[in-house]
Amino acid sequence: MEDNFGRIHSIESFGTVDGPGIRYVIFLQGCSLKCKYCHNRDTWNCDGGTLKSVDELVQNVQNFKNYILPSNGGVTISGGEPLLQPLFVKNLLKKLKEEGFHTAIDTSGMFSLTPDIKEIIDYTDLVLLDIKHINNKKCIELVGTSNEKELEFAKYLNRINKPLWIRQVIIPGITDNETDLNELKKFISSLKNVQKVELLPYHSLGKFKWEDLGYEYQLNGVPDATIKDVKRAKELLGIN
Amino acid sequence: MKFEAWEGFEAGDWQKEVDVRDFIGRNYLPYEGDDSFLAGATEKTIKLWNEVLELYKKERENGGVLDVDLKTPSAVNAYAPGYIDKTLEEIVGLQTDAPLKRAIMPAGGIKIVEKSCASYGYQIDPEINTIYNKYRKTHNDGVFSVYTPDVRAARSSHLITGLPDGYGRGRIIGDYRRIALYGVDFLIEKKKIDLNILDTDVFTDTVIRQREEISEQIKALNDLKAMALAYGFDISVPATTAKEAVQWTYFGYLGAIKDQNGAAMSLGRVSTFLDIYFERDFKSGLLTEIQAQELMDHFVMKLRLVRFLRAPEYNELFSGDPVWVTESIGGMGIDGRTLVTKNSYRMLNTLQTLGPAPEPNLTILWSDRLPENFKKFTSKLSIKTSSIQYENDDLMRNSLGDDYAIACCVSGMRVGKQMQFFGARANLAKTLLYAINGGKDENSGKQITPKFEPVTGEYLDYSDVMNKFDVMMDYVAKIYIKALNAIHYMHDKYAYEALEMALHDQEILRTMACGIAGLSVAVDSLSAIKYAKVKAIRNETGLITDYIIEGDFPKYGNDDNRVDEIAVDIVKTFLRKLKKYPTYRNAKHTLSILTITSNVVYGKNTGNTPDGRKSGEPFGPGANPLHGRDVSGSLAVLNTIAKLPYDYSEDGISYTFAISPSTLGKDEDSKINNLVHLLDGYFKQTGHHVNINVFDKKLLMDAMDHPEKYPQLTIRVSGYAVKFIQLTREQQLDVIHRTIQDRI
Repeated sequence: MEDNFGRIHSIESFGTVDGPGIRYVIFLQGCSLKCKYCHNRDTWNCDGGTLKSVDELVQNVQNFKNYILPSNGGVTISGGEPLLQPLFVKNLLKKLKEEGFHTAIDTSGMFSLTPDIKEIIDYTDLVLLDIKHINNKKCIELVGTSNEKELEFAKYLNRINKPLWIRQVIIPGITDNETDLNELKKFISSLKNVQKVELLPYHSLGKFKWEDLGYEYQLNGVPDATIKDVKRAKELLGIN
Repeated sequence: MKFEAWEGFEAGDWQKEVDVRDFIGRNYLPYEGDDSFLAGATEKTIKLWNEVLELYKKERENGGVLDVDLKTPSAVNAYAPGYIDKTLEEIVGLQTDAPLKRAIMPAGGIKIVEKSCASYGYQIDPEINTIYNKYRKTHNDGVFSVYTPDVRAARSSHLITGLPDGYGRGRIIGDYRRIALYGVDFLIEKKKIDLNILDTDVFTDTVIRQREEISEQIKALNDLKAMALAYGFDISVPATTAKEAVQWTYFGYLGAIKDQNGAAMSLGRVSTFLDIYFERDFKSGLLTEIQAQELMDHFVMKLRLVRFLRAPEYNELFSGDPVWVTESIGGMGIDGRTLVTKNSYRMLNTLQTLGPAPEPNLTILWSDRLPENFKKFTSKLSIKTSSIQYENDDLMRNSLGDDYAIACCVSGMRVGKQMQFFGARANLAKTLLYAINGGKDENSGKQITPKFEPVTGEYLDYSDVMNKFDVMMDYVAKIYIKALNAIHYMHDKYAYEALEMALHDQEILRTMACGIAGLSVAVDSLSAIKYAKVKAIRNETGLITDYIIEGDFPKYGNDDNRVDEIAVDIVKTFLRKLKKYPTYRNAKHTLSILTITSNVVYGKNTGNTPDGRKSGEPFGPGANPLHGRDVSGSLAVLNTIAKLPYDYSEDGISYTFAISPSTLGKDEDSKINNLVHLLDGYFKQTGHHVNINVFDKKLLMDAMDHPEKYPQLTIRVSGYAVKFIQLTREQQLDVIHRTIQDRI
């Protein structure tokens, strides 16, 4: 059952920001992190979502071939956290590769490199790795989990030369400290497989989702990142 | 026949018979390059445009209408020449003797003219009043003298609305290019030949009508000549230069809009035709790129000044003073060459030289095989201006060839060879409610149709409702065709479009262009009944006025076949029903799924529906899903819309799409590329039409509160574009609440 069915939060048929080209994005339900800035608080619960089968999803992706293929796009599995449903994700990616689609996963990478996880990576053309915080102490404070595994994850991807996009959410005063960004820059430059570094400006538009679910928003009072904040961070990281 | 004006053109059949397509095919130069050759606005253009902007401002301050000529019923040659600023204008000609001064056109209906005048604080001349109330019957009088009680009831209960029984039907495109290519005298000679052919021994009413029509056409052509002469131009002969070609073409169009206040007065497909003249003048050193753009800018400025006097009810249906000066651009030739030329770019470039605007209604005929550069250019402009609509050339070329144009929003027709009898639309959501209530109106409780068996049980049963819906659709189709036959018989009789028809062949294809509104509401309602449980709530008289839905159901707009197939089925069924009833002049039955902005008014007059939509809430425009129902992203909606069968809806299937810039892509280049691929994919899926809007909700909210900051903010609504600040507040809210595809 769990090999073939996954808990799906939602589908975006016109994904334009999670990997190259036009992408069919499957948002999986369930996440074990507790990112304070999360703008999709409704994806955390691991028992929620709708059950969908691998076949059903692959079938549906086929409907969008006319958009995906000419744009050199593909399918991105995001979340929630895709790697929390490893058997399902493995089968889904395998099938998508068989059908000729470019595949990407959008993950925190905070997982041990088990055989299943390694196999998932084999079926993945591109990993979008969200570095939560380069400073471990601050990482634990921000998302409730150590960054050790995700940095290991990145190094593994480097070893097998798997294309990698690094993502960092810029939260003013929290993730954009000069020392931390220098540290991040150092880490990124130690990897040879990084094709792109994307800075995602923090915004509070997801606040209502916390409140709708009856939770207190964790970053009240933290301002949205401005264009200037992002520009500064880019300069510190030495990227365009 | 041979004219000096044709020097330098490749000879062909077009010189013997009126055949603009042959002329274009032999002489045009396809262009596959990018937009880097384009010139900006000249000083003269900027100065003149600023004067126009000043006039717009005055018009707005004056309550929407600057001035009205209350004494002179409009006609091709009814007014002395008018100018914005004679010293600056490269292209001349106005509808009346002053810019933005509106004309009265009482032949369509004197009551509407009186009402329109009154609503802006004007009163028409008493003499005109007497003539049209006492001596001269109008189209409107004609229709109402034959309307039957069933039609009247359907009309006043909003089962069928927007019918052109009190205003000009429009949606006829004269082939205005013929004026430039042939000159008026050549065209008159050809018409005389047609008249001669109709000197038959068996003198039937058909022959007599045709002879009268041709005589009217010849008269109109002579009037046009006189009108142009008053501006100092002799258009009895062909245009000799690019400037003349633009001017002659515009005179043709100008004559049409002086003759008719049609619901849509479209221009056709002139850009590539005119390019041939530009190229010839470039070759002989008569013209520079800067001058060419200036001519197009001045031409387009004129098109942006077109105004008709319309009643408030009309504005409620079609907001923002639309004229549908639709210009179709691009497409592919049957011989495989693209019909994109440099002048296609120049026409689109007016969105940059003069800024965004709703008119002319710029329509790209999209093909997979269009030059990549052109695809990118149009996408770039869409992102920048939200002023362009796109239609599927690969689909239409099959049935319409490669010299068709779009009338109004989505109606393709061969230029000069085809016309339509515009038929507004039937309210399918209300039709469904009537099926449920046995023909009683859900709001008034009145019996509108003959008595049918109403739904009796507590829960709605799918096959029971479908059977009743089928019967009710049949009834609606019957009275709908009755109404349209009456309207078009009388329009031909009392408000015949002599000039526009003079720019058509004698033998033409006529279509009876029926339409439907409320498709997504009817479809979702049926889906709810089929896949969930829908409980009927009755009022004290037993009338079903509300519904309770138990459980979930698939919704139209998510690429879900379970429900999308219901939509396909309804469209096919309704057209088949219409075909059972013969039409006036044997017109071919066609169907459109298009509401323009009337989705708001239709919704207002329709009660609670079984899909959970509340009484009075707007429908989705055209073929759109109801707002908020599409939850699987833009492409899923596009796939749903693309399933609607064009073969059963040849008059067009309109989809209005809005997306926030950040959802379209990260940077400028990827936004452009994503839009190109979105359009390519949608049209490959056999989608027919799409309006592209790229803006943030925030911007529109701000424009609502501070309209003065956004005089030129243009958005695409169903099938046309409009200045946002000219929409009624209700319509503004509808646009804002409608799903702007946005992900946070």
